[in-house]
Amino acid sequence: MAHFILKRLIQSVFVMLAVAFLAFSLFRFVGDPISQMTGVETSVQDQDRLREELGLNDPFVVQFYRFTTDMLRGDFGYSYRTRQPVGDMIASRIPATLELGIVALLISLIVGIPSGVYTALRPRGIATQAILMTTLVGVSIPTFVIGIALIFLFGVQLGWLPTFGRGGTVDLGGWTTSFLTVDGWRALILPAITLGVYQLTLTMRLVRAEMMEVMRSDYIRFATARGIPYRSLHYRHALANTMVPVITIIGLQFGGVIAFSIVTESVFQWPGMGLLFLESIRFVDIPVMGVYLVVIAFFFVLVNMAVDLLYLAIDPRLRVKEAA
Amino acid sequence: MLARLLRSDGIYLFLRSPAAIVAAIVAVLVVGGAFAAPWIATSNPYDLASFSLMDGLLPPVWQGGDPRFLLGTDDQGRDMVSSILYGARLSLTIAIMAMIIATVLGVGLGLAAGYFGGRFDAIVMRIADVQLALPAILTALLIDGISRGLLPAAMQDDLRVAVLTLAIALSLWVNFARTARASVFVERNKDYVQAAMIMGQHPLRVMLRHILPNILGPLLVIMTVDLASAILLEATLSFLGIGLPADSPSLGTLIRIGMQFLLSGEWWILWVPTLFLVALVVSINVLGDFLRDVFNPRLR
Repeated sequence: MAHFILKRLIQSVFVMLAVAFLAFSLFRFVGDPISQMTGVETSVQDQDRLREELGLNDPFVVQFYRFTTDMLRGDFGYSYRTRQPVGDMIASRIPATLELGIVALLISLIVGIPSGVYTALRPRGIATQAILMTTLVGVSIPTFVIGIALIFLFGVQLGWLPTFGRGGTVDLGGWTTSFLTVDGWRALILPAITLGVYQLTLTMRLVRAEMMEVMRSDYIRFATARGIPYRSLHYRHALANTMVPVITIIGLQFGGVIAFSIVTESVFQWPGMGLLFLESIRFVDIPVMGVYLVVIAFFFVLVNMAVDLLYLAIDPRLRVKEAA
Repeated sequence: MLARLLRSDGIYLFLRSPAAIVAAIVAVLVVGGAFAAPWIATSNPYDLASFSLMDGLLPPVWQGGDPRFLLGTDDQGRDMVSSILYGARLSLTIAIMAMIIATVLGVGLGLAAGYFGGRFDAIVMRIADVQLALPAILTALLIDGISRGLLPAAMQDDLRVAVLTLAIALSLWVNFARTARASVFVERNKDYVQAAMIMGQHPLRVMLRHILPNILGPLLVIMTVDLASAILLEATLSFLGIGLPADSPSLGTLIRIGMQFLLSGEWWILWVPTLFLVALVVSINVLGDFLRDVFNPRLR
């Protein structure tokens, strides 16, 4: 067990180093940092002096070492566009994206898992066919179209809900939350549904496929033959064995939620990391792009590790294999 | 090849599936219309001389518009039908090119990785793992962003279409590589491949002539699904204002432009291209689902 955790930690460090290298390469080789920071009127001597001060003439390895250690100390450099520290810019945007993502993920799981189980247990039912058809359309409709449709219906036509921004927020020691005001919740509903709908269809389809696979297996047949009641069969024997894939889904979904939050945030002008990333691409603001990448990778690594540890906790077979 | 297709149960299943038939008809109409745009569209939306502001903001015909413009016009007086046909043409060109590049790249790398194994396999699969952790849209955004930094400003607009195609292709190749590699592992131990290898045939010949034809089924399914993903990616990136510039509109760009009319009464400028995009992607996905069922009899 300890061995396994250690192995995962070392792997994670390597992943982070790889991403840091990618981010560093962005800084170093995409565009010239000096020409981004200075104007046309800056003399060549001044540019050279700046180059020397920033350490751009040092050997590659030295620069990379400085880059990573700076990051570890929380020094992420300055934005080319706003001249602010990138760390502060990202940190102020993180709560908005995480709160949006968590609510979207919850929507996807609370609706997706039960409907996945239902459609797997009644593969020929009329309701199942209807749900499957709906999800196929759901997968095909781009996130931004769902967002526009919701804005049009609930924002413009009915006028029930706000269509942009976060509404009222409360500052909890650096973490601004929408969860504590009615206004904040109202602003959160439409973006969270937009982000959740796409994830929901994926959750449902994966749970359904997994559940159907399990229902076909020998131990379920034997259990059926022994006369174990269907209720217990479905919800104890079968569902328990679909939990491992479901946890994988949550891990994967998290990645999807973060990525598609870029689109959702753009449609709803939600002031999160995704919107910041989009702006940084539009203005070729390399430092922000690089740091966004590192932060996202860090979240990914954390979630993947949590998922792996949950596997061990849930599935005894994996523990045996690990010991052998 | 054609004779084999006609004898297969795919045709039989197709004729029994109303959803697949409807989807195929919609897809053929949309794709055919898009590629015939220069001949069937009444005006060319890129040609500045072909439209006038006098015709601006006309509603569709059934809401009392001008019969020359079936689905109405936008604020510049462009015919919506023509805009959509040309937009779909550009969207489909980019998506199909990206899909082909992703297929060739992914299948090539996957076959080679599965066949040779060892260090090459390890490197390709590690890259695939890292990329698989990042959703396609993030990869495409990143490649697009990097290209903005690398290319000189003067070349940016000329290369937009190429950059976008490549960004989409590079974010989609992984699925092909993994499927091809997994199939090679299954196929390579079968007797017919062993026989071909013992006969001293070139590895390339074994891969292309013997293994590839036997893994076409699953690859075809991925190609269909990825074509839909490519269309969605292009539309999303253009909608975000990252993909194509406004003077060469694709479906995504048209929807982005239409967003300005979300609050006003000119609903058709936004909803006509949106519905067109959704119809296209839904029909391709339905066909992909159908193909999956055909090639995976266990799920029937």
